[in-house]
Amino acid sequence: MPIQVNSIRSLFPILHQEVNGNPLIYFDNAATTQKPQAVLDALTHYYEKDNSNIHRGAHTLADRATQQYEETRESVRAYIGARESAEIIFTRGTTESINLVAKTFGIKFIQKGDEILISTLEHHSNIVPWQMLCEQTGAILKIIPITDAGELVLEEFEKLLSPKTKLVSIVHASNALGTINPAKKIIEAAHAVGAKVLLDGAQSTSHLEVDVQELDCDFLAFSAHKLYGPTGLGVLYGKRELLEAIPPFLGGGEMIREVTFEKTTYNTIPFKFEAGTPSIAEVIAFKPALDFITSTGKANIHRHEHDLLQYAVELLQNVKGIIPVGTAAEKIAVFSFNIQSMHPFDVGQLLDAKGIAVRTGHHCTQPLMHRLGLEGTVRASFAVYNTRAEVEVFAQALAKIANLKNK
Amino acid sequence: MSTIADIQNEIVAEFEILGEDRESTIFYIMELGGTLEPYPESFRKDEYTIQGCQSKVWLVAEEQGGKVIYKADSNTDITKGLISLLIRVLNNRSPKEILNADLDFIPRIGMGNILGSQRSNGLAAMMNQMKRYALAFQTKQNA
Repeated sequence: MPIQVNSIRSLFPILHQEVNGNPLIYFDNAATTQKPQAVLDALTHYYEKDNSNIHRGAHTLADRATQQYEETRESVRAYIGARESAEIIFTRGTTESINLVAKTFGIKFIQKGDEILISTLEHHSNIVPWQMLCEQTGAILKIIPITDAGELVLEEFEKLLSPKTKLVSIVHASNALGTINPAKKIIEAAHAVGAKVLLDGAQSTSHLEVDVQELDCDFLAFSAHKLYGPTGLGVLYGKRELLEAIPPFLGGGEMIREVTFEKTTYNTIPFKFEAGTPSIAEVIAFKPALDFITSTGKANIHRHEHDLLQYAVELLQNVKGIIPVGTAAEKIAVFSFNIQSMHPFDVGQLLDAKGIAVRTGHHCTQPLMHRLGLEGTVRASFAVYNTRAEVEVFAQALAKIANLKNK
Repeated sequence: MSTIADIQNEIVAEFEILGEDRESTIFYIMELGGTLEPYPESFRKDEYTIQGCQSKVWLVAEEQGGKVIYKADSNTDITKGLISLLIRVLNNRSPKEILNADLDFIPRIGMGNILGSQRSNGLAAMMNQMKRYALAFQTKQNA
């Protein structure tokens, strides 16, 4: 079913404004998406009617907050196809989810000489926690190479796999280039040598069907704010047997069963990993965001965004001076590019003057930029509320900018 | 000879002709970047880069007959344009004039709003470094 983009746009109040004298064109969705009214209403409603601390309050407000909080956990479970909601842990974001795994699973199961595999496409948040772990444990970080188009070299990945491989931590869809990695294939190959797999779903979960049971990933990390939800909230999915086997991350309230000064016993999952008061309002307001995606239909969203990407590529392919970066066969709707003889910062600034929001720079993927021999790129990333008309304005603005140095 | 304040007023008048349009203001700044004198390659080293800039900026200064001569470069055209304006305002002046200068033309030409916080911080770092060179030359002159 085609997307009714105008009725979708009407759900997002922020889109209806002018920036620098032009209608806002928001193409920075890979960084964060805008929020539908239902999410904003849920945040307000929580603070106006239900605000109280969850799980232990012996009063009505606490019950209401707890119930809604746990309803979101169930929505997330359904959204990623997990077996049970106890496998869903709320964190502050993808970064914290990955760090949680590094500091619990990593410390318990990874030792000196063991190997961790990541790829050249990784965001810094899926590089640095493993470097820290390797420093701490003496494990070795190995990197799966990519082609010039930005696709993983799968033969090299298979060569890197060995019984020493304890973990493969890999991005599902690249934030900088849009490349979709063959997650299922990677997970199967990793499992064949006994390695566990963490899938960084920060970019994929909003665009693609991600079913953790079908993929059989051991961990999945993603952020609410890239799925039309609130900031400061992330999810870590982990298989029950793994979550039970690993130690807690942070110590404090909520995560305990019983505390004496001699010994503390820990709560069951997921609470074992949710020390302290969580982002209650944000969790509650995440549910309408997931409802929005589900009711719109992820396949419809993906088709619409892909059409915008194709359209952008089509309009810009003959513009002199525009160099696309990342031309993988399978991509989410990320259009990364450079303009010959121009710095990405300058391009971004000129687009901003026209009310067009894009991201410029290294996109927290410095090793990837280094591999491609680039300082950075300009990145336009599309979401369900973007339109073909916006892509046309963007293409016209870019043609004018490219012409400055590429006559 | 015109003062630092005179040159700044001159620049403000030039930008007033462009009006409020951001795009034309940025295009003009980028054009100015093209007029920057070539930077001496022997000074294109890390020790001459300015910390605090998102884009790369190299800056070096020398003293000639009691006046400070700046040379600078950047890898982005907008920054190059801003540098060319700073050099136009501060070049060939005594360290004392530079140190006493009240540099206010950036907000007056409307660039403060356009730049955003990242570039504004970089610009402030650039101005500080230019004044630091002047201070070093003044200290040497007084020694």
